[in-house]
Amino acid sequence: MVTNTEKDLKVDAATLVHRILVVDPERCVGCEICESTCSMVHDDLFNPMNSRIHRVRIEPIINSCISCVSCFEPECITACPLSAITKNAETGILEVDQQKCDGCGACVRACPYGAVTVHTKNKKAIMCDMCESTPEGEPQCVEYCPKGAIFVKEIDPSVNEDRLVTIANFIKEGFPQPPEGEILN
Amino acid sequence: MVEAYTQVCVRINLTTGEIKKEKLSQEFCKNYIGGYGFVTKILWDECPTGIDPFDPRNPFIMAIGPFPGTIVPTSSKYCVGAKAPLSDRIGFGISSGSCGAQMRRTGIDMLILTGKAPEPVFIFFDDDAIKIIPCKETLWGKDIWFTEDEIRNMYGDQRISVMGIGPAGEKLAKLACITNDRARQVGRTGLGAVMGSKHVKALAFRGTKPIKVAKPEEFMIKAKELIQLANGKDTLKYRDLGTPINVMKFNDLGVLPTKNFQTGYWDKADAISGETIDEKWVVKKTGCSQCPIACDHLCGTKPDDPDWPNVVSSIDFESIYAIGSVCLIDHFPAIIKAVELCDKLGIDTMTGGTTLGFAFEAYEKGFITKEMLGDNPVYKNGLQWGDYKAMVQLVEDMCYRSTPAGDLLADGSRDAAKKLGGDTWKFSQDIKGLGIPGYELKGLTTASIGFAVSLRGACHLRSGSYGYDMKKTFDRKTYDQADKRGAALAGQEAFMAVIDSLVVCKFTRGIYHRGLPEIAEVYEMVTGIPMTGDEMEMAGHRIHDLAKCFNIREAKAAGIKPIDEDTLPWRNFNEPNLDGPTKGWKNDEVGFKKAIVEYYLARGWDERGYPTEKTLKERGLDFVVGKL
Repeated sequence: MVTNTEKDLKVDAATLVHRILVVDPERCVGCEICESTCSMVHDDLFNPMNSRIHRVRIEPIINSCISCVSCFEPECITACPLSAITKNAETGILEVDQQKCDGCGACVRACPYGAVTVHTKNKKAIMCDMCESTPEGEPQCVEYCPKGAIFVKEIDPSVNEDRLVTIANFIKEGFPQPPEGEILN
Repeated sequence: MVEAYTQVCVRINLTTGEIKKEKLSQEFCKNYIGGYGFVTKILWDECPTGIDPFDPRNPFIMAIGPFPGTIVPTSSKYCVGAKAPLSDRIGFGISSGSCGAQMRRTGIDMLILTGKAPEPVFIFFDDDAIKIIPCKETLWGKDIWFTEDEIRNMYGDQRISVMGIGPAGEKLAKLACITNDRARQVGRTGLGAVMGSKHVKALAFRGTKPIKVAKPEEFMIKAKELIQLANGKDTLKYRDLGTPINVMKFNDLGVLPTKNFQTGYWDKADAISGETIDEKWVVKKTGCSQCPIACDHLCGTKPDDPDWPNVVSSIDFESIYAIGSVCLIDHFPAIIKAVELCDKLGIDTMTGGTTLGFAFEAYEKGFITKEMLGDNPVYKNGLQWGDYKAMVQLVEDMCYRSTPAGDLLADGSRDAAKKLGGDTWKFSQDIKGLGIPGYELKGLTTASIGFAVSLRGACHLRSGSYGYDMKKTFDRKTYDQADKRGAALAGQEAFMAVIDSLVVCKFTRGIYHRGLPEIAEVYEMVTGIPMTGDEMEMAGHRIHDLAKCFNIREAKAAGIKPIDEDTLPWRNFNEPNLDGPTKGWKNDEVGFKKAIVEYYLARGWDERGYPTEKTLKERGLDFVVGKL
């Protein structure tokens, strides 16, 4: 049996990619369905307070969503007084040790993107896990987003880059268009 | 076990500050569904007959249905009700945005406000805590957009939902609406003024409670299907050009209300058409909470606009016809600005717009004078048809009641006509006090019946009656097949009453391809309460009939025969359309009256429009028997 650490060592650094969610603000209409879906697939309850993706609306016309962007040097890790957060080297997902985390919220304050929250019920830090902890295994907000505005994007974990720049570059690059004749927006 | 519904009703006596919580029974939830149904039952039970709508005893009710907080498409809606200032009959209105979902998350299904607060307040529902907070210094007198931002800033939480009134509501303008999320309104029937009469500036909600559904796995599969359908061809119209696509369609049919409903055709309609707006003015389409459609076409004026640079407001067809073609305004930035003022300062763009149309005509005919308009230089030419600067100023004057004309018009065209006297009543284009929506009824006979019998006053949303004319199911010039028209409307009314009780958006009515049985299945998945399509339809009839009984009771108390209220404005019977495809058309009064009676009979009512005892009993309204 291969342990996580062994698996990590076997990863070929040159081809390794991490995945994050990037939202096309042109397409996002701010409907919050991603938030509801996120909470449902993780907890079997609808509650946007416990969503790992967060709608951002700046009136009057800006809509987007943000979730964990797997920072090169995550400030949540540095901030956590209990060393409860680690970054999975293979997937890039920030993992919270359920035993260690006491819900102090230091990570919430440290995250520059507002992508971390503390679960209202079990009081543990939560952040996007690309739905790895759910039965579906793949990001469900992407599946349910009515406008097809949420995209799974690959990033190079070896590049030290501000994620605002990363996201800006993705947006500049543009997103695949919906099929001909299908007006989503 | 009931899920989704919290079965909690909160009662607040504003005079004493007393707050009580009650449990709503499962039976009540099933029989009246939510929203419109809840509101109607409470009004029947608790609104004293014949009171002034501004009487502290008039209950101001806010209710949601089973779906808010779930991902049923367009579920975050709420319904507000009270005896209506504009009509003196049943008043209810529906809005969307984030309030419905936030109210559910605070754990409340229905809210009933009575009495009158000793000073201006807003009420904050912060999960289980309910705080009545004085706001004379902070919010009273301010516009609604400011109020919304300010309440969010007070608590440092941008997720708080706020529904509030503007200066118009505070000043008891009968046109007053309630605005939430900037661009969403409970527009019709003047309910903002009822809030004002109770000294309630705003209701704010912050809920953190989760919502459980009865059958989560089944539900998530169904919800995904519905979300996709809500993005398919059934809603294409609303997502693409939006409802403004109607402008040219209606103009081509000769049913675009023009020049205060003198005709159904406007040669300048292209300036305000969906196509033009899409090309020149739409800056973003956004959606309400849990809405896959995102119909909200935000339009912006240009940064170099000489009059109103960088104004963004939410534009739909009903605002365009009322402020545009009815007033002969073809300068689009003026419409964007006028809608912004209406939304911010708090009046309904529909009855507001038709009242503006009335004002233009009343000025032309000498009933409104230059003196009444005040000394603002913008009125140097008075109020000439199409004078867009004067129109925008008049909207502001109405919201603040700041001039004699503004004060007069703030209560709608029907009240204004009563005060102006003379023949002005002949061109007040209202039914039961509400301005007629964007359908020129002289060219749409089935719609003329549907609008006339609408319980809250002129309304296109009670039965979608216009569809029968536009799709050529019935002849739109005559009143033939009156019995079939009546039956069709009666069925649609039940369906719409269910939609308004659930409360979901009418734009999603087409995604349930199997109709009410399918909606009942979703209801059951969410709530766990057994429900069939037939039961749902019966609930729709029950709710509609009970609302009718409320109106009969009020009409009788006012000494009016209910049938006399189900009619059209004088112009519709007497002044044919002036030009366009429906030139020379008017509503045939004899045929119309016959059709109204046929409609009554199709509903199971008698020829006076009273539900029969048999009908009442069949529909579970035994408690009404003998009370009419």
